[in-house]
Amino acid sequence: MNDNAKLSEYVTFTTAGQLFGLPIGRVQDVFKPSRITRVPLAGPEIAGVLNLRGRIVTAIRLSNRLDLESTDGDNPQKNPPMAIGIECGAESFGLLVDVVGEVLKLPEAELEANPINLDRKLARVSDGVFRLDGQLLVVLDVDRVLDFGAEAVAA
Amino acid sequence: MDELLRDFLTETGESLDRVDAELVRFEQEPNNGQILSNIFRLVHTIKGTCGFLALSRLERLTHAAETLMGRFRDGMPVTADAVTLILSTLDRVKSILDGIETLEHEPEGDDSDLIGRLGAMARGEQVPREQMPPPAAAPSPGGKDLNSPAADAAEKRAEAPEKAASEAADKLANHSIRVSVDTLDYLMTTVSELVLTRNQLLEIVRRHEDSDFKVPLQRLSNVTAELQEGVMKTRMQPIGNAWQKLPRIVRDLSAELGKSIELEMHGAETELDRQVLELVKDPLTHLVRNCADHGIERPAERVAAGKPQHGTIRLTACHQGGHIIIEIADDGRGLDTARIKAKALDLGLATEADLAAKSAAEICNFIFAPGFSTASEVTSISGRGVGMDVVRSNIEQIGGTVDLKSASGKGAAFTIKIPLTLAIVSALIVEAGGERFAIPQLSVLELVRAGGGEHRIERIKDTPVLRLRNTLLPLLYLKEILRLGDGGSDDGFVVVTQVGNQIFGIVVDGVFHTEEIVIKPMSSKLRHIPVFSGTTILGDGSVIMILDPNGVAQSLGRAAQAQAEANTRREDEDTASEDTVSLLVFRAGSQRPKAVPLSLVTRLEEIDCQRIEISDGRCLVQYREQLMPLLRVDDETGLKKEGSQPILVFSDRGRSMGLAVDEIIDIVEDKLDIEVAGHRPGVLGYAVVKGNTTEIIDVGHFLPQAFADWFRRRDSAAGRRAHTVLLVDDSAFFRDMLAPLIKAAGYHVVTVGSAAGALEALQSGTQFDLVVTDIEMPDMDGFALAEAMRGMPKVSDLPIIALSAMVSSETIERGRAVGFHDFVAKFDRAGLIAAIKEQSADVNEAA
Repeated sequence: MNDNAKLSEYVTFTTAGQLFGLPIGRVQDVFKPSRITRVPLAGPEIAGVLNLRGRIVTAIRLSNRLDLESTDGDNPQKNPPMAIGIECGAESFGLLVDVVGEVLKLPEAELEANPINLDRKLARVSDGVFRLDGQLLVVLDVDRVLDFGAEAVAA
Repeated sequence: MDELLRDFLTETGESLDRVDAELVRFEQEPNNGQILSNIFRLVHTIKGTCGFLALSRLERLTHAAETLMGRFRDGMPVTADAVTLILSTLDRVKSILDGIETLEHEPEGDDSDLIGRLGAMARGEQVPREQMPPPAAAPSPGGKDLNSPAADAAEKRAEAPEKAASEAADKLANHSIRVSVDTLDYLMTTVSELVLTRNQLLEIVRRHEDSDFKVPLQRLSNVTAELQEGVMKTRMQPIGNAWQKLPRIVRDLSAELGKSIELEMHGAETELDRQVLELVKDPLTHLVRNCADHGIERPAERVAAGKPQHGTIRLTACHQGGHIIIEIADDGRGLDTARIKAKALDLGLATEADLAAKSAAEICNFIFAPGFSTASEVTSISGRGVGMDVVRSNIEQIGGTVDLKSASGKGAAFTIKIPLTLAIVSALIVEAGGERFAIPQLSVLELVRAGGGEHRIERIKDTPVLRLRNTLLPLLYLKEILRLGDGGSDDGFVVVTQVGNQIFGIVVDGVFHTEEIVIKPMSSKLRHIPVFSGTTILGDGSVIMILDPNGVAQSLGRAAQAQAEANTRREDEDTASEDTVSLLVFRAGSQRPKAVPLSLVTRLEEIDCQRIEISDGRCLVQYREQLMPLLRVDDETGLKKEGSQPILVFSDRGRSMGLAVDEIIDIVEDKLDIEVAGHRPGVLGYAVVKGNTTEIIDVGHFLPQAFADWFRRRDSAAGRRAHTVLLVDDSAFFRDMLAPLIKAAGYHVVTVGSAAGALEALQSGTQFDLVVTDIEMPDMDGFALAEAMRGMPKVSDLPIIALSAMVSSETIERGRAVGFHDFVAKFDRAGLIAAIKEQSADVNEAA
C-alpha cells in the first residue's frame, strides 16, 4: 500500500464551489436526477427519493450535508443538477452535486492529511487533501459521508 | 405421509446421493479423513433423526456403523474389509429408507448380521473373510440400485415392497424439488419489478387512446398477474408447517409436568407467506408452551374444578380479509390476576393504586411487559421471563396484533392477527400538500368526502373532528403531520383509519385510486421517521412514501399526551383494550357532563360544608384523621356554603385528595375512547359517553397540585433536604414532560439540553444527588457523559439513570461498563420514578 508510485483514481466533482474527489471504486454511476420525491420530516440533507432503473435511490444534498454555503445564493432547497450514485450496504444513494468533473489519477503518496483547522464537519468526512494546480481536492470517505443516522435521529 | 417423515426421507435421500459420489473415492483412499468424516456425519444425522422418529431398525444399524466409524476417526486403520462393510451398511440403510417410503413405516427385517460384524470390527476383532458379504459394487449415482449384490437375505424378504418402493421414490423425487429460499426471494423481487414495469406501460397506453399496443399489453398484463400469483404461491405455505413440532412439544410437556393435555389443531391448511410464517413460528410455539405450562391445571385440580381430566389446547387458523387469524386457546385456569398484580408491583411496573384502578383485562396485559414471568420457579419450559414481550414485539414487527382474553377458571385465549404477505399490498394513493402518499388498504375502513353536506369538519377549539354516524371521529391533517402546510381547509377527503382499536380520520387533499404496491424497505437514513413504513414505485415510475398508520396514530397520541403530561396514572399505550370501563359521570361548573374512570375513584363522600376549612387560600377537610386537600375541577365550580358537598376522593400511595363537584349524575359502563384531546389542563379529552359528549377529567393533573404541598410539609418535618435531580435530554418535549413528573414525586429538578450543559451544571457548585440522562443525544451522548463524569472529582459517584427509547441488551451492557446505575424506557414514567427513588435511597444510606 505504501508504494510511492501507486496511483489512485478519483471521480472529481464540484459542489458549492469546492472540488471533491471520491475513490472511483465506490462510484456506481453518474446520473442526472429527475423527479425527486420530497420526503417530509426528513433532515435538510435528504433531498428525497427517486427511481433509478427500478432501484430506489436516496438523494443526499451534499452541500447541506457538509454545511457548505451555496455559492449562487440560490434557494438552498433547490436540487443541484447532477448526482453520483453510490452503494452503501444494500442501499443506493445519490450524492447531489453541481458539476461532475473528470476522473483523475493521483499518486497516493501525495495525499496530505487534513489541515488541522479544517471545518470539523468537513474534517470528519475527509480522508485528506490533494494539492492540485490552482485548487485543492478534498477526498471524501463515502461511508462517513453517509453515516449520519445517529445525527438524524437525534435531530 | 407424516410431514416430518417426508422431510426426513427427502433430506436423507439427498445426503445419501451426495455421499454416494464420495463412496467411490472412499474405496480408493480409505484413509482420507475428509470423506470419512462426511460419511460419519451422515450416519450420525440419520441416527439422531431415527431416534426422534422412532425408527428403531435404522437407529440400531446406524448406531453400530457410527461406533465403527468413530474408531476410524480416532485413528484405527481402514482396511478394505472395513470399506466393504461400511458400503454394505449404507446400502442397507438405503433399502430400509425405500421401504419406509412405500410402507410409511420401517419394513420388517433383521440387521443383526451387519450389526454384529460392525461391532466386532469396532472392538478390533478379526472378522472372518468368508462371512463378509460380497463387496458392494460402486453404487449407481441415483442411489436406487436395489439389486446390488449387497442386498442380502434380510433384504430379500422385503423384496416385493422394495420394487414398488423404487417406483414410488422416483415419483416422489419428480413430484417436488427443493429450491433455495434465496431463489424464491429473487423471483419475487423480479416479479415485483415486472409488475411495476407493467403498471408503467399501462399508464403510458392509457394516455394514447388508439394504441396498437393495447391488446398485446392487455395480454402481458394478464400473464404478469398470473405470474405474480404463481410466484406468490410458491412462497405460500400452510400454517401447519409451523405447527408440526407442537404435538410433540405438548406430548413431552404433559409427560414432564404430569398433566394430561390434548392438542387440537384446526385450519392447518391455511396458507400464508413463508416470510410471515417464519416470523410467527417462535411466538406460536411459545404461546403453546405457555398454555401447557401455566394454563392447564394438573388432572387432580381439574377434576376438583369439575372439568374433564385432560386439558385441551386449541389451535385454530383462518383467513379473514387480507389477514390470517390464529387463536391459541386453552381450557385451563385462566390468568392469575392476583399473581400478575404482585409481579407488576415487584417489577415496579405499577403501583398498588394503579393496579386497583385497572380492569382485569388491563392487568392481564402486563404479561407482555419485558421481563415479566409469574412462574415462581424457572422450569425448562417457561419462566425465564423471556417470552411474552418478545412474542408481542415479533408479531407487531410484521404488522400484526396480539389480543388476550382470559376468564378465571375457564381458560385463556390469545388471538394473533397478521397480514398474509409482506411483499405486495393494496394501497390507497392520496395527495396532501402537493405530494402523493400510499396508505395500506388494510387499515383503511372507509373514505368520507368532507366539506358541506352531511359530513362537515367541526372544531372543538382547534381540534378538528367529524361526526360520523354516532361517533366523534378525531381528525388529523396529513399536511400538518408532514409539515407540508396548514391543514386549514374544511373540504377534502377523510380516510377513516383503524389502528388497533383506535379509529381516526386522516384528512387528505385528494384521493386517486388503489394500486397494488410493492413495498420496498425504507432507506436507513429515513427509518427514524415514524409516519412512514416504506417506499414504493408507482405505475408512472415515481417513488412515493408509504404511510404507516401506526406512526400516524402515534402523532395523534402525542397531541393528547402533551396535554396530560403531569398525568402519572394514565396508561397512554393502553388503547388496545376493548373492554368497557365504568365511568363516573358528574357535573361540575358547566352543564357539560364530566367523567372519570370509576376505578380511579377511591370513595364518594358527602362532606358537611362546616367541616371544610380554608387555610392559606386552600381548602382542606379532615378526612380519616388527616388533612385532605380539596380541589375544584375548575374555577367555575364553587364550593357549597351550606348543606353537604359531594366530593370524589382519590388516593395514591397512601395520600388522598378530594375533588369537589356539583352533582354526581350516574355511573355508566361504556367504552372509553377519548376521541379528541383536551386543550385545557385537567381535561384529558372528550368522549362520547352514552350518547353525550363528555369531558374526561385528568386526575393526574390534580394529584400534583395536592401533593406538591404535601411533600414539602413532609420534607421539612423530616428536616431533610429534597434530592436534586439533574435531567439531561436534548429534546425539549421530554424535558417538559419528565420534569414536572419528577417534581411531583418530591424532587428538585434542574434540566439541561445537552451533555455539555450537564457537565457545566455539575461543576457549577450546585449539589446534585442523581443524574437522569437521555442516551441518544447529538455531539455527546449519554455514554460519553457518564464516562466524562467518572473522570470528575466529586461527581464520579453520582448515580446515573439512563433513558432510552430503545433498550437492547447491548446498550445495557455498554451502559453498565460506563457506569449507568439503571436503565428506564423513555415512556415508562412509573419506572423512572421508581428508579429515582431507589437510587436516591442509596444516596441516603451512603450519606
